[in-house]
Amino acid sequence: MNILQTILIRIAYAIILLLAVLVLNFSLMHLAPGDVADTISQSMGGADQEILDEIRRDYGLDKPFYIQLGTYIGKVLQFDLGHSFFYNESVTELIMQRLPATLLLVITAQILALFIGVVLGVISARRPNGIVSHFVTFLALFGYSAPVFWTGILLLIGFSLQIQWFPVAGMRDVTISGGFFVHFIDVVRHMVLPVITLSSIFLALYSRLARATMMEVLGSDYVRTAKAKGLTQREVVYKHALKNSLSPVITLAGLQFSAVISGAVLVETVFSWPGLGTLAFQSIIARDTPTILGILFFSALVVIVGNLLTDLALRLVDPRVGGKG
Amino acid sequence: MKFAKFTLAATLLASALATGGAFAEEPKRGGTLVTVLGTNVRNLNSAVQSGIVTGYPGAQLFASPLRYDEDWTPKPYLAKSWSVSDDGLKVTLNLVENATFHDGHPITSSDVKFSVKVIQENHPFKSMFAPVKSVDTPDDHTAILNLSRPHPALMLAMSGQLMSIIPEHIYGDGQNPKTHPRNNKDVVGSGPFKLVEFKNGEHIILERYDGFFIEGRPYLDKIVMRIISDPAARAIAYENGEVHMGAFESLPRIINRLKKVKGLTVTPDGYGAIGPLDWLAINTTKGPLKDKRVRQAIAYAVDKKFILKAIMQGTAVEANTGIHPDSPFYEADVETYALDLDKANALLDEAGFAKGGDGMRFGVTIDFGWPGVKPQVEYVKGALKKIGINVTVRASADFPTWAKRMGTMDFDLSWDTVFNWGDPAIGVHRTYLTSNIAKGVWSNTQGYSNARVDELLDMAARENDPAKRKALYSEFQKIVADEVPLYFTNALPYHTVYSDKVGNPPLGIWGTSTPIDMTYLKE
Repeated sequence: MNILQTILIRIAYAIILLLAVLVLNFSLMHLAPGDVADTISQSMGGADQEILDEIRRDYGLDKPFYIQLGTYIGKVLQFDLGHSFFYNESVTELIMQRLPATLLLVITAQILALFIGVVLGVISARRPNGIVSHFVTFLALFGYSAPVFWTGILLLIGFSLQIQWFPVAGMRDVTISGGFFVHFIDVVRHMVLPVITLSSIFLALYSRLARATMMEVLGSDYVRTAKAKGLTQREVVYKHALKNSLSPVITLAGLQFSAVISGAVLVETVFSWPGLGTLAFQSIIARDTPTILGILFFSALVVIVGNLLTDLALRLVDPRVGGKG
Repeated sequence: MKFAKFTLAATLLASALATGGAFAEEPKRGGTLVTVLGTNVRNLNSAVQSGIVTGYPGAQLFASPLRYDEDWTPKPYLAKSWSVSDDGLKVTLNLVENATFHDGHPITSSDVKFSVKVIQENHPFKSMFAPVKSVDTPDDHTAILNLSRPHPALMLAMSGQLMSIIPEHIYGDGQNPKTHPRNNKDVVGSGPFKLVEFKNGEHIILERYDGFFIEGRPYLDKIVMRIISDPAARAIAYENGEVHMGAFESLPRIINRLKKVKGLTVTPDGYGAIGPLDWLAINTTKGPLKDKRVRQAIAYAVDKKFILKAIMQGTAVEANTGIHPDSPFYEADVETYALDLDKANALLDEAGFAKGGDGMRFGVTIDFGWPGVKPQVEYVKGALKKIGINVTVRASADFPTWAKRMGTMDFDLSWDTVFNWGDPAIGVHRTYLTSNIAKGVWSNTQGYSNARVDELLDMAARENDPAKRKALYSEFQKIVADEVPLYFTNALPYHTVYSDKVGNPPLGIWGTSTPIDMTYLKE
């Protein structure tokens, strides 16, 4: 089977999968008691029955379920994610407004975690029973098990309140004025704490995986050969072993990346980071169906496209993958 | 030396007192006030969107005919004067002549007429302008509201965020005002500040409108409203000075912590008109709860003092009726149901619910709509067990789930928080009128019906004489306290936090839902 055929089949699967995601989520949202009219009335401090009915009429919530679902799917097929009930804005626009902030946060945290994680993993693999190794293990377990909202608040108390190095919330300080460089530094200062918080979870995963694969590789035949040639320990580890031990870590990073949105929800909420995570959280609270579905649709799309690209990349890199299938 | 300083201070103080308030410092022009909102804003157009979150930006962008400060007497704002006809059926507003919208168009009586129509059709509080039949505009600066009956609630309804004057030439283009594209973008308002930028989920930036109709105001150049939804993060922002002011902080632990911070003032002033109250709602149509004695027994068993001390940690004030304690209509002399388990048990025995073999009489459920009130709910469960009522806590997945249960009266007991919204006719009557039973969340969800209460509320809604009105509301509060469709515990402990740098923060009856044109930054 050639690559083009594979891609076409995968795209066909992807479309079916996306539709399934939408129908399933739409039905789930519909099954929950209450609707957005209640949350709109909450945001207004209560409303008369008349107003509630009007809101439901305005958004077509008074129609039978299958008509609502049909209308929605019909719109999506025309690449229209609809209008947010709660914010009265186009869902696509809402998502696009928030996406850059989330990407900035998640990509930075991922790169940082990947880099530090691998370094820590390798160091601890070289002396699996040394003090450094135990310390890294402890750090990894702690980072992975401590809830991010707790880590986040702790960092805030330490570095925004006790030592006032970093700002508390948001992505920029709207009261400062200056050129590009001033604003760049401002955003970087706002990023430090959320990035550390978010990368603490990823860091644990990467350092543990890097440690395990490195230890495995270090015990393999070619490493013994390299040692026998008389290479130094440093050369063996960084020139020969590291390359081979990295591939599982990179695969994991690819998988983790699909979780762009889910991973950021809590961190974004604690730091009021104006990204997709906070939007997702607020929309769920508000029962804003079009926005929730839009975000889910978008995340599903990211996952599917990400997997497709990973597959293709593996085919190109490693001829053994998918040779016949 | 020390003594000399003391005498100097004393002399200064004495002379200040003698001249009467010369102590107040001169407000300063300029500066950017950084404030904080706890929730994302849905809509900036306060003529169609109510609520405390829209109230703050809404009252800066749009002016109303009247305004109030700390006492409950109306003051001129967009209306320089007003009069009510003797029969109470005509309210004449004389508008200031130099007022303009942010695009320079003059504000005229036809804008007032238009705004009343938009509010009548779109605002969630129908009772505010329901009696207004028509608005006459004999000239550009006179608007006459013709009423079908006397309507004393109109005074408060014409202030704060409740009657925003919006431009007819923008919103009168035939589009639905609720979803109008100019509600959140390029807003043309009538208030002291104009919109610079509204970034959903991030911030709202307002700047001084130079053409504002009050000479020399507003004092501030800019207001930044940051949106920080996490209360702990907000608290840190107050503490480290990133934010100058914020309102509606209600978590006791955070309030008490911020009170100890130097350079910050934390005050419960400024919430009288919004009037937020916590109470235990009782479905008076269900099983044993139909019996007044059972409801009274519940009241005697739930210790208000415990809620105030242990759960509210001293941050909330006691409230014994459905009218906020700060309101001039509050009646303090009602049955308060101080803890009395013997009386509670006796009442239940008398009502015919004897204890069973296991010491229990009957079972009820208790609901709650948001996680913040879970401690109250758990406490009620424990408290009622002592008098043989078995309480099962029913959690709701989220607000709409709970709202649905309340709106359809599918509950026995529930913790609830409801706001007065200015005049009792706007936010109080809805909870007790027979005609408003089970009309969605925050209607008369208790199924309470008492002909005398209906009559009293109806009379109070049309009584223009303040003293007579107060008497009507007193009787109403006494009846409700006796029949316990709701067991009132406390006012919600909303607090405003502001730094020492802020001069004249908005602490009037409407809190931040008023124009802050007199607020300034020191130094």
